Amino acid sequence: MKVSFALGIALSLAALAAGFVSLFWTPYDVTALAIADKLQPSSPAHWLGTDHFGRDIASMLMAGAQTSLAVALVAVGIGMGLGVPLGLLAAANRGSLIDEIVMRGNDLIFAFPSLVIAILITAVFGPSAVNAILAIGIFNIPVFARVTRGGALSLWTLDYIRAAEVAGKGRVRISAEHVLPNILNLLIVQGTIQFSLGILAEAGLSYVGLGAQPPTPSWGRMLAEAQTMVTLAPHVALFPGLAIVLTVLGLNLLGDGLRDHLDPRLRREA
Amino acid sequence: MQRYLVRRLISLGLSLLVASLVIFAVIEVVPGDPASYMLGLNASPDTVAALRDRLGLNEAVPLRYLHWVAGMVQGDFGQSYTYKVPVADLVAQRLAVSLPLALYALLLAVLIAFPAGLLAAARRGRAADAAVMGATQVGIALPNFWFAMLLVLTFALHWQLFPAGGFPGWSDPLAGVRALTLPAVALALPQAAILARVLRSALIETLGQDYIRTARAKGLTGGQTILRHALRNAMIPVLTILGMQFSFLLAGAIIIENVFYLPGLGRLTFQAITQRDLIVVESVVMILVFAVILVTFLVDLAYAAIDPRLRMRP
Repeated sequence: MKVSFALGIALSLAALAAGFVSLFWTPYDVTALAIADKLQPSSPAHWLGTDHFGRDIASMLMAGAQTSLAVALVAVGIGMGLGVPLGLLAAANRGSLIDEIVMRGNDLIFAFPSLVIAILITAVFGPSAVNAILAIGIFNIPVFARVTRGGALSLWTLDYIRAAEVAGKGRVRISAEHVLPNILNLLIVQGTIQFSLGILAEAGLSYVGLGAQPPTPSWGRMLAEAQTMVTLAPHVALFPGLAIVLTVLGLNLLGDGLRDHLDPRLRREA
Repeated sequence: MQRYLVRRLISLGLSLLVASLVIFAVIEVVPGDPASYMLGLNASPDTVAALRDRLGLNEAVPLRYLHWVAGMVQGDFGQSYTYKVPVADLVAQRLAVSLPLALYALLLAVLIAFPAGLLAAARRGRAADAAVMGATQVGIALPNFWFAMLLVLTFALHWQLFPAGGFPGWSDPLAGVRALTLPAVALALPQAAILARVLRSALIETLGQDYIRTARAKGLTGGQTILRHALRNAMIPVLTILGMQFSFLLAGAIIIENVFYLPGLGRLTFQAITQRDLIVVESVVMILVFAVILVTFLVDLAYAAIDPRLRMRP
């Protein structure tokens, strides 16, 4: 196993563990304010220091991991849940009107960057973490539809799928029994990529106030709050950013490693 | 080529039509009456009704859509509810910041990515390749707004080489460029990382082709082969990414503008959202989506120019 793959697994697990543990326990209460302790540097009591309300940064990062991972995970779920069936449908009816409609629909969604979708949704419903999930999730749909269709198209020309057709299996059954299992590795790899992109997008949306709202801890909003006092206490701005970089880096390395691992043809390529 | 162009133009028009319908429908769902928002709580029902009439809010929905589109085609985006000035003027003012910023960032991204990608592909599997690939992994993971904050901390507050924020206008072009430099770098670096990786893998793929071996066999050096033969053939995926990146940069600028307090489209949009100035939101979103669709169209044309084979495909 390559070093980068191992690093990817380790970083991803660390982020996951931090988010999971924060469900039951954080070193300090993330909503409790202690103004007397504000903007403290790292110390044995507060490993990563405290923010402008005296909240423990390490605790907030843990709870923020929970927000980031949850938003990105549900957004991937939305993208996969709708994109994969659409892609399978398009591939099973390749060249038909259905295929054309699905693909043009994809192009249309692609014309709306997730930030723009978020702006539209926020204009209608007001800002919330759910909006962030929806915006990123909608943006994920065409990504998965394309990957699924592309992978499935090449399978539909293969003999064993022809054989299944001759044996009288319908397109839906073939898609579910023969096509889907064979593109699962593609989907897993794309899933990790979209997951890490989702974390970046969530951070960006929360930073500009379109994502998770106070008091829900979020890495992006921690950075937005840190910005005004970046000269006074650079550490407040440093750690949430590092958390994002390390988590996204970990997930990307994990995705690359999985791709190499799942596709033996790529193993020889450096 | 002509038939190809016509077909692409028709699909461009259709995409714009559907996109405008979607945006109009979404904004239409928004609860609340713009006229009441504009006049405040104490307005008499008569004044509100008069304003609704003047804004055309009493017309039937399909008619309002048609008016909106017809206006846009003529460059009339309506009146901002809060600023009481034509939206087109507001947007033009803000685009004078956002558009140069996106182009500046794109230029920087290309200037960083091309040498890096070429180097990595030419030295594939060696230390230089590993260094470039490692750097791009970190670059991709960088949230640009956080990177922007670090840039401000280092180059604006510590060394004071660039302003930390704000925009002086274009009356002094040099000052304008200086104000946009840190934002452009912040936008460009993560994009450059993606671009360098795409360029590297596209180059490596073309370098495996027979015509490359022929070029080497006739005596070209490795560098000459890459620049004369491999690069042009590797441009298709690179152009695709470049096109996607431009739209991303334009939209991504919305976030970066917040870090640097730049008076661009992004800040206009956020103000408009909080003030429920929906006509501004509607227009800005339409312009962004129009930009994305137009760039996709131009990229398609560029494909056809680079690779004649693609003109044949439906």
